[in-house]
Amino acid sequence: MQRHDQTVWNDTDVDGYEPLLSEKGLKEVEIDSALPDDLTRDSLELPELSEPELARHYTRLSQMNYGIDSGPYPLGSCTMKYNPKFTEDVAALPAVSVHPDRDAESIQGTLQVFAELQEYLADIGGMDVVTLQPPAGAAGEFTGIMVAKAYHEYNDEGEQRDEVVVPASAHGTNFASAAMAGYDMVELPPGSDGRVDLDALSAAVGDSTAALMLTNPNTLGLFERDIERIADIVHEAGGLLYYDGANLNALLGRARPGDMGFDVMHFNLHKTFATPHGGGGPGAGPIGVTEDLEAFLPTPQVRERDGQYDLVEPEHTIGKVHGAMGNWLVLLKAHAYISRLGDSGLRDTSEKAVLNANYLASQIDLEIPFGPFHHEFVASAGERDAADVAKRMLDYGVHPPTTKWPEIVQEALMTEPTEAESKTSLDQLADAFNAVNEEGEQTLAEAPENTSARRIDQTSAARNPRLSWHSLDS
Amino acid sequence: MTIPPDSIDVDQVHRDDTSDGTPFAPHDDSEVEEMLAAVGVDTVEELFDIPESVRFEESFDIDGVSEQRVRQRLRETVEQNEDYTEFLGRGHNSHYVPSIVDHISLRSEFLTSYTQYQPEITQGFLQALFEYQSVIAELTGLDVANCSMYDAATALGEAATLADRSRRADGNRVLVPDYMRDTHRDVLENYVEGAELVVEAFDTENGQVNPETLENELSEDVVLIYVENPTIEGVIEENLTEIGELSDAYGALYCIGSDPVALSLLQSPGSVGADMVVGDASVLGLSTAYGMGLGMFACDEEFLRQVPGRLVGASEDSDGTRAFTLTLQTREQHIRRERATSNICTNQAWVALRTAIHAASLGPSGLVSLAEKCHRLPERVAAELDEIDGVSAPVRDCHHFREFKARVEPDARELAADLREEGIAIHALGSDEIQISITDVNEHRTDDFVQAITEVMN
Repeated sequence: MQRHDQTVWNDTDVDGYEPLLSEKGLKEVEIDSALPDDLTRDSLELPELSEPELARHYTRLSQMNYGIDSGPYPLGSCTMKYNPKFTEDVAALPAVSVHPDRDAESIQGTLQVFAELQEYLADIGGMDVVTLQPPAGAAGEFTGIMVAKAYHEYNDEGEQRDEVVVPASAHGTNFASAAMAGYDMVELPPGSDGRVDLDALSAAVGDSTAALMLTNPNTLGLFERDIERIADIVHEAGGLLYYDGANLNALLGRARPGDMGFDVMHFNLHKTFATPHGGGGPGAGPIGVTEDLEAFLPTPQVRERDGQYDLVEPEHTIGKVHGAMGNWLVLLKAHAYISRLGDSGLRDTSEKAVLNANYLASQIDLEIPFGPFHHEFVASAGERDAADVAKRMLDYGVHPPTTKWPEIVQEALMTEPTEAESKTSLDQLADAFNAVNEEGEQTLAEAPENTSARRIDQTSAARNPRLSWHSLDS
Repeated sequence: MTIPPDSIDVDQVHRDDTSDGTPFAPHDDSEVEEMLAAVGVDTVEELFDIPESVRFEESFDIDGVSEQRVRQRLRETVEQNEDYTEFLGRGHNSHYVPSIVDHISLRSEFLTSYTQYQPEITQGFLQALFEYQSVIAELTGLDVANCSMYDAATALGEAATLADRSRRADGNRVLVPDYMRDTHRDVLENYVEGAELVVEAFDTENGQVNPETLENELSEDVVLIYVENPTIEGVIEENLTEIGELSDAYGALYCIGSDPVALSLLQSPGSVGADMVVGDASVLGLSTAYGMGLGMFACDEEFLRQVPGRLVGASEDSDGTRAFTLTLQTREQHIRRERATSNICTNQAWVALRTAIHAASLGPSGLVSLAEKCHRLPERVAAELDEIDGVSAPVRDCHHFREFKARVEPDARELAADLREEGIAIHALGSDEIQISITDVNEHRTDDFVQAITEVMN
């Protein structure tokens, strides 16, 4: 991770970084095919390296990368928790790899895993039915909103209900997903306690409202205590209530979106159910719905009847949101994780996640508005630049929190330690926060100094985009 | 693997061994006490600010069991899948994934990291993604590749909305070939619904686009023309350049669906005038995985500010050393929200890493020879099938890649069912056609396959 590690393997004439594959050896191959020349390319130029050289290249790259196995990763709203190793072995079983067009009778094992996971998630979310098709959380949001749209259209209110209401502090994906589904956005200003303001909500919803998208606990780590009132207000206006599952880890086994009045929700399996985030994906974003919305779910749906598993098409299906059935390997890992934990493990997860968030908040010297916190909290860097604070935290060997969001807290540092951190590592995190808090502006501005790269120039990267090795000078 | 033989009753041995909570939280009781005291509460329950009326006090009836038991149970479950040699394709194809791909990609610094929000400590993944983008740019002949979409179908959906945002003239028609996979068209229709685009299928002839037929469908209100190469039937399109000229003439954007193995050999989309390329890049790096994929997306530099998803760019750090970072993030949902170029946050980055490793391990020579094999094998097998009474192959009189259709009598579905008895899976298309995909993964069984069909037909 640290700079000195890299100098140890500096075995080429390229100074200070691991060379690109293209710098290690490009080869141009002329195409000589049995196909006619006008159907083929002339040549192909790509790196040509031996397996030992490749193994070393990628091993070095891995050493220049920080994961949850490297240290604390308290990236707020991302739920970066420890991923147990055995789930990878399950996902690597030969029988797992089947073609998506196989007939249902010949893949009863895969479909059984689907059916069981649908059932697990329906129970955990308090929803009636679950589809596993959306391949990520935002894809789940899009799917959920499309299902809501189909429901309103079926009830002849499709034209009239053209707005989706979202709190200002919500995930940016909520806005983008609803806009993608063709909705106009109505932004809900926050209440003074960081929660939904019921008067503002009443003013925002009406005959045009298709849905309210809500995260609970919200992105400030606060439980929306008035959730039943919120549900009533939205339902009385004829809208649907959408649950953004990004923060479900805080509620596992303690409260269920379905019981709070939510009509549709997505799960982030890569967050709550400990499937590795893989450098940014794959994830999986199943959605759960009440029985009123079941007919509109994506096709196909896995159904069990007399111990046999079938693929069926929901009556008024919205169609498909993924070319096949979503990210099957991620679904399998989540199934393995849930069956490992069981009831007591799920419940203990939320207990430890919430304890860790509150303990860490109690150990940090910065201003932390609101509370009590569910699995995350938002500290304020005050007059300092939260991005600078984050860069300096890197020098203390930890991943910093999410910065500058939500914008309703000045220079926000959104922190989610998860249940997987020990008291010792929480203390290390708090020490990093507090040490940086004592340091001068100059130190912050020049940070980081101990990492494999120093502060990276984002502006020139955007102004002069170089997006492949073809665009580099060297 | 340390799974015990089935004769051991693991339920008995490992019963309820997680009844004390999660094994993945490192706290002991005294630490919990200290932490509660620091927070100033007596119990964790006090921290849950949830109204009584919505508290969940029941059980899910999910029994936590040991890791050993979970592994055995899931192994037994998935092994209920029939073990067929698959000759299935139609857009979901599989190639042998070298061991180095698993061993390197499963290194936990890669696997357990997230989106590279702090580039100073994620240079390794950023560089790997930059290299992936570079490989895709070379294969497509286009300037800009992003570092993943979910799959081929969702990538096409994004391509259509990009066309809608980028094209100056008014219009709302997206033209796709009639051979296009239904499932992918269905995804496309969902993706473009919000933008109020209309997807229309145009007729093809002998499995290929006829530019004259296509031109009859064209008008100034077409935003996107999509074709595939190879097509879902394995046909190599012969008129890609003419289609590019037509799309230029009518001001539509031109998108080609393909994959990295095919692109190693076939005409580069950039050279035939394509504005965008989509497809499934996980043909390198991942097996069929029940259709889990890696959406490839590349386009001309002209559309840079409209590209959906994440981009990695080269930059410098404060020492002047080359470094990589996510760039042009002002397009993304966390900044532009409802005006973002897509809603993608979590993508398929780890699969892209696997694809890059697989591509690098083959190198250009290996890729080209794999692709050449994907052309030669199906043509050879088609010729062998054509010798069998009652089989005529290939149906399409043209060049093929990986796949081809064959006409059979009396009944394709019965033939497919009979072959399943022999442990072989093929597509039956209606009552009189089958489709077969042949790659390096199933080539060792092509003789068995031809023999099985011979026996069944006789």
